[in-house]
Amino acid sequence: MAWKIRVLIAKPGLDGHDRGAKVIARALRDAGMEVIYTGIRQTPEQIANAAIQEGVDIVGLSCLSGAHNYLFPKVVQILKEKGAEDIIVFGGGIIPVDDIPGLKKAGIREIFQPGASTEDIIKYIQENVKTT
Amino acid sequence: MRSVTQPFRADFRAKALNYIPKSAIRIPNYEDEVIMGKNILEEFERWEKTTLNKVISKTVEREPSFKTTSHIEMKRLYTPLDTADVDYCRDLGFPGEYPFTRGVQPTMYRGRLWTMRQYAGFATAEETNKRYKYLLEQGQTGLSVAFDLPTQIGYDSDHPLSEGEVGKVGVAIDTLKDMEILFDGIPLDKVSTSMTINSTAAILLAMYIAVAEKKGVKSEVLQGTIQNDVLKEYAARGTYIYPPLESMRIVTDIFAFCKDQTPRWNTISISGYHMREAGCTAVQEVAFTLADGIAYVEAAIRAGLDVDSFASRLAFFFCCHNNFIEEIAKFRAARRLWARIMKERFKAKRDESCMLRFHTQTAGCSLTAQQPDNNVVRVAFQALAAVLGGTQSLHTNSRDEAYALPTEDSVRIALRTQQLIAYESGVADMVDPLAGSYAVETLTNEIERKAVEYIEKIDTMGGAIKAIESGFIQGEIGESAYQYQKEIETKKRTIVGINQFQIEEEPLRDILRIRPEVERYQKEKLSRVKKERDNARVQETLSALKKAAQGTENVVPPILGAVKAYATLGEISDTLREAFGEYKER
Repeated sequence: MAWKIRVLIAKPGLDGHDRGAKVIARALRDAGMEVIYTGIRQTPEQIANAAIQEGVDIVGLSCLSGAHNYLFPKVVQILKEKGAEDIIVFGGGIIPVDDIPGLKKAGIREIFQPGASTEDIIKYIQENVKTT
Repeated sequence: MRSVTQPFRADFRAKALNYIPKSAIRIPNYEDEVIMGKNILEEFERWEKTTLNKVISKTVEREPSFKTTSHIEMKRLYTPLDTADVDYCRDLGFPGEYPFTRGVQPTMYRGRLWTMRQYAGFATAEETNKRYKYLLEQGQTGLSVAFDLPTQIGYDSDHPLSEGEVGKVGVAIDTLKDMEILFDGIPLDKVSTSMTINSTAAILLAMYIAVAEKKGVKSEVLQGTIQNDVLKEYAARGTYIYPPLESMRIVTDIFAFCKDQTPRWNTISISGYHMREAGCTAVQEVAFTLADGIAYVEAAIRAGLDVDSFASRLAFFFCCHNNFIEEIAKFRAARRLWARIMKERFKAKRDESCMLRFHTQTAGCSLTAQQPDNNVVRVAFQALAAVLGGTQSLHTNSRDEAYALPTEDSVRIALRTQQLIAYESGVADMVDPLAGSYAVETLTNEIERKAVEYIEKIDTMGGAIKAIESGFIQGEIGESAYQYQKEIETKKRTIVGINQFQIEEEPLRDILRIRPEVERYQKEKLSRVKKERDNARVQETLSALKKAAQGTENVVPPILGAVKAYATLGEISDTLREAFGEYKER
C-alpha cells in the first residue's frame, strides 16, 4: 500500500521572497502530497528539526538571496549529524549554475532554477521518494 | 458679421469638392453631432451583425476571451459608448489639479523628465560608491540604495544570522563609517537619494542626515525618500523586525521628525511593487497599496498630526508589468482614487495632500532566465507604460536580473532604455497623451471601481493592519500567484522562451558575483570601528534610545545621537528589540 509522500518546503536565511515556495507547496498538495511549509526566516537548525519532527521524506529549500552556498549544505550537515541523512534535500531559487556542482557535492540532490515548472518538481519528487 | 471660421470652411469645402471625388470625403456637418450618441449604438450593432460577423463566423478569435492580469475582460473594441458617463472635468480634469488623473504636475515631462533612478547596491560601501558614480556619469538623475538583508533586518555583518548574506542583495551598512564611504564624493545637496529600507529606516535616515551634516549640508535641504512601509513587509516582503503597532509608532515618529527637520524628504514610499511581485493582480496592487496608505494616514492622525502637515510627503511605489494598456490605466486609476480618498475621507485641504506621486520599477517577476536579451524588450515596453502612466521616477530592470544583480553593461542598457524613451520616442513631449482613449479610460474606471470594492472589504475587516494580521491580503496574493502559475503551465498564458519559442541554450555565465571576502572584510571593518569609538558614549546614547522607545518620546533624535556616536545598526535595532519585542509570523 502506498502512503502519501511527506514534503517540507523551507526558506532558510533572511530571504523573504516566498512566492515560489508557496506556489510549489500548493502544487505539491494538489498532487496528493502532505506538505509542511515552514515560513520565512528559518535557521538550518530549525529546518532540520522540523524535517525530523514531521517525519518528512524530502526537504525543498528555497533561497533567492545568494546565501545558498552556506545555508543549503548546513541543512544537509545537521540532518546527517542527527542521523537523518535518508531525508532527501533539494533546492531552488536564484542559484548560479556554476554553484550547482558544489551544492551537489555537499549533498543537495537537485537544484531547480528559474523557468522550472511545478510539474518538473512533482515529477522529481515522485521519482525519487519511495512510497511502498 | 461673418465669423473667422466661416470663410475658411466655405473655401475648404469648395477646394475639396473640386479636387477629390465626392464619395471619398465626408465634410463634417456639425448639426449631426447632436444625435451622434444614438447613431454610434446603432452603427456599432450594425457593425457587429455585418462586418464583424462576416469574419468571426468563419474564423474564431485566438481565445474565447481575453483578460488582463486582473481578470478584467478586454473587449474587442472600445467606443464612445464605453465612456459615455465620463465627465471630463470631474473624472479627468487637468494635470496638476484634483483629481490628478492626468498627472500631478501641469507640465509633467515637458518641465522635467521623470527621475532616472536605478536601484543599486552590493558588497561593500566602496564598491557601491563606484557603481553610483558610474550610474551618475551615465546620466542617471537620482540615487537609489539597495541594502543587504542583514542591514534591512537590523543585524550587523558579524551576527550569526548574517552568515552568507553580507553584501549579497545590497550594500552592507553596519555603522556611520560605511555610510560616509557610500556617499563619498557625492553632493547630497544636489542629488536626491531613495533608500529601500523599512524596519531600520530611522537608522539609515539618521545616518544620511549625519553624513550630510559632515559635508556641511543642512537636513532642511536634503531630498530623497525612505521606503519605510512596514505593512507590506508583513504582507509580502519579509524584512519586518518589530510587531505591527510598535512599527507604526516608528513610522509616525519619522513623519513627525521629518516634517520639521527634513521638509523636502519623502517620509514613506507606500508600496505595491512587492505585493505585485509576490503575485497579486493590478487591481489588488492598487487596492492593497491604497489600503496601506489609508492605515498610515489614520495612524498619523491618531498620533496627533494634522493631515495637511504630512500628507504631501507621502510617496508611492508601483510595479509596471506586461499588459501595456492595463498598467497605464492602473496608474491613472490610482492617482484619481487616492485624490478622492484624501479629499473625501480625510478632508485634506491642500492640493499637495491629495497628490499620488510615485516611483515605478519594471516587473522583476516578468524577467526570464531563458533568452535573457528578451528582457531588454520586456523592460522597454514596461518602462514606456510607466511613462505614459505619469510616473515621477523610474527604475528599469537589467536583462540579467533573473540570474543576479546586474553587471555594469546590463545596467547601462537598462538606463539607456529610459533615455531612449525620454529623448527619442516623443511621448515625454506631451502630457498624458493616451487620455481620451476609449480603452484607457474604460480600464481606468474599471480598475478604480474594482479597487474600491477591495478597499471597502478591507474597511469592514477593520483596515489594512487587521487584514494583514488575519492573513486576508496574503491569501489573495497567494491565490493570484497560483492562478498565474497554472495559466503558464497549462499554456493558457504564453511566456516567450518559457512555454513557447524555446531554444536550446546555455545559462548566462558572465554574471555579477559577490566575492566571499566581502563578509570577512566587512567584519574586520566593523571590529575596528567598535574599537576606535567612544564606547561609553555609545552606551549612553543607547540608554537614551531605550528610554525614549519605552516612553512616548520621538525615537528619531536619540537614534541620530546613537548613529553619530558610531553605535552599530545592530546595537540600535537590538535596543529597540528590547523595548518593542519581535514579530513572529503566524
